[in-house]
Amino acid sequence: MLSLWKVSKTSGVFEHTKNSLLEFFSVCKSFGGVKAVDGCTFSVGNNTITSLIGPNGAGKTTIFNIISGLTKPDYGKIKLLDSEITGLPAYKIAQAGISRTFQLTKVFRNMTIRDNLLIAKKASDGEMKSALARVHLHKPLDMAAGELSYGQQRLLEIARAVLREHKLLALDEPTAGVNPQIRQELKAILRGLKEKGNTVLLIEHDMEFVMNISDEVIVLNEGRVLKRGKPQDIVKDKEVLEAYLGK
Amino acid sequence: MIHEFFIQDFTWFFIYLIIVLSFNLAFGFTGMVNLGHMVSVGIGAYTSALLTLNGVPWYIALLAAGIIACVIGTIIAAITVRLKGDYFQIVTLGLIFIAIAVSRNWISLTRGALGLPGVPDIIRSNFYYMLFTMVLSLMALWFVYWLTNSETGKIFQAIRDDETATAILGKNTYFYKVLSLAISTFLAGIAGGLMVHQINFVDPSIFDLEQFIIILFMLIVGGLASIKGSILGVFLLFALIDLLRFLVVRPELIGPVRQMALLLILLLVLIYRPKGIFGKVDI
Repeated sequence: MLSLWKVSKTSGVFEHTKNSLLEFFSVCKSFGGVKAVDGCTFSVGNNTITSLIGPNGAGKTTIFNIISGLTKPDYGKIKLLDSEITGLPAYKIAQAGISRTFQLTKVFRNMTIRDNLLIAKKASDGEMKSALARVHLHKPLDMAAGELSYGQQRLLEIARAVLREHKLLALDEPTAGVNPQIRQELKAILRGLKEKGNTVLLIEHDMEFVMNISDEVIVLNEGRVLKRGKPQDIVKDKEVLEAYLGK
Repeated sequence: MIHEFFIQDFTWFFIYLIIVLSFNLAFGFTGMVNLGHMVSVGIGAYTSALLTLNGVPWYIALLAAGIIACVIGTIIAAITVRLKGDYFQIVTLGLIFIAIAVSRNWISLTRGALGLPGVPDIIRSNFYYMLFTMVLSLMALWFVYWLTNSETGKIFQAIRDDETATAILGKNTYFYKVLSLAISTFLAGIAGGLMVHQINFVDPSIFDLEQFIIILFMLIVGGLASIKGSILGVFLLFALIDLLRFLVVRPELIGPVRQMALLLILLLVLIYRPKGIFGKVDI
């Protein structure tokens, strides 16, 4: 096992952990003069639900884009288990085992549900139906993805990400724009995924959702890790409250 | 026996069908608006013309037409497919002007604006040549149908809908885009070869934008990402041209009336069927 690191809640230094799946070490990314990610370091434990939270512009989506290969970091290292994935193209990172969804859903609108899932994995109809059932999406496989409601498209995107062979499931604001019923379903889905051994990294603005399902919460501010800990500790933390609400 | 007029008409129909199908593969199915598609047709035409004029058997020349168009298309694709949207279109549009400049100025090879006359027939009988083009267009139809329903074809369509999402699902989108253009230019090259043996002549006008507009009309009217649409688009254009030939009494009016009719049909289709008649995706 590689040497993996974890930020101490008390000292802010990196602690070695043995069960980390993803290691994000000293990563920097600037866009022009703006430092979107500024020496950010954290790790994601195996078989956990870890949430990345922070105010707008904290660097959450940039971190997701770096992890999934859509954005190349200026500096730093990212490791997925034994393999360094820093700067690899998106498709290679996906092949290495990172499956993700997007803040704005990215389903193939002109293709059927079956074809959407087929791009993720060459699966049988039975496998596809059970993948859809896992996310409580009961629609015919031949239906065009573009005909689904926004919330259903989000579920399809999650089903597609889950269907792929993956080590880490990265979900970018899965509850954004979905109705409260689907939001509740998503909680159950994520818990179910964790029970089945999945590791989930989540960006989410819905604090109730985050505090309810996360094993660990990483708070980002101005491209840096501000705090990391259990949801019940994070929710009471003074620095976190200041970052969100101001002094 | 079929009337000579229809033999010629059907021959052109089958040749244009291959061109439109190959354009549909890149544009309709993969989302790459290759404005320089007629460059591949022209390369195929010049290749087959030059080879057969130098004594190479027609079947080798025709195959070479596809291969040379494909090789050049693949090299261009390998350089340009990383460009997104409008940038890709601008570069491919520029290829038309490069092709025209090269074919006009590389006189030792192409005879410039004089063109290459006397390109030999593949088959002397026009009727059998029509059957030959029909067989090749049916093969192209079957191949495009098979390809677009295969896993590779689904990946092409996924790239068209959302390239980032396709990459995130572990597909090397660069490879598949180059592959799509390589296949598209190969088929276009074959069609160019068939074209030059039909008219026994080729000159730089084969690269003209006007030729491309006709292909674009056929594809848009029939509909993107639809094989049925490609067949219908080509058929409609030929039907319209023939109809006007009989309806318009004064010969000097045929050209302008044809252009106006094409524009009118295009407008009506875009207003009432924005995806084209059988189209599956937005233009």
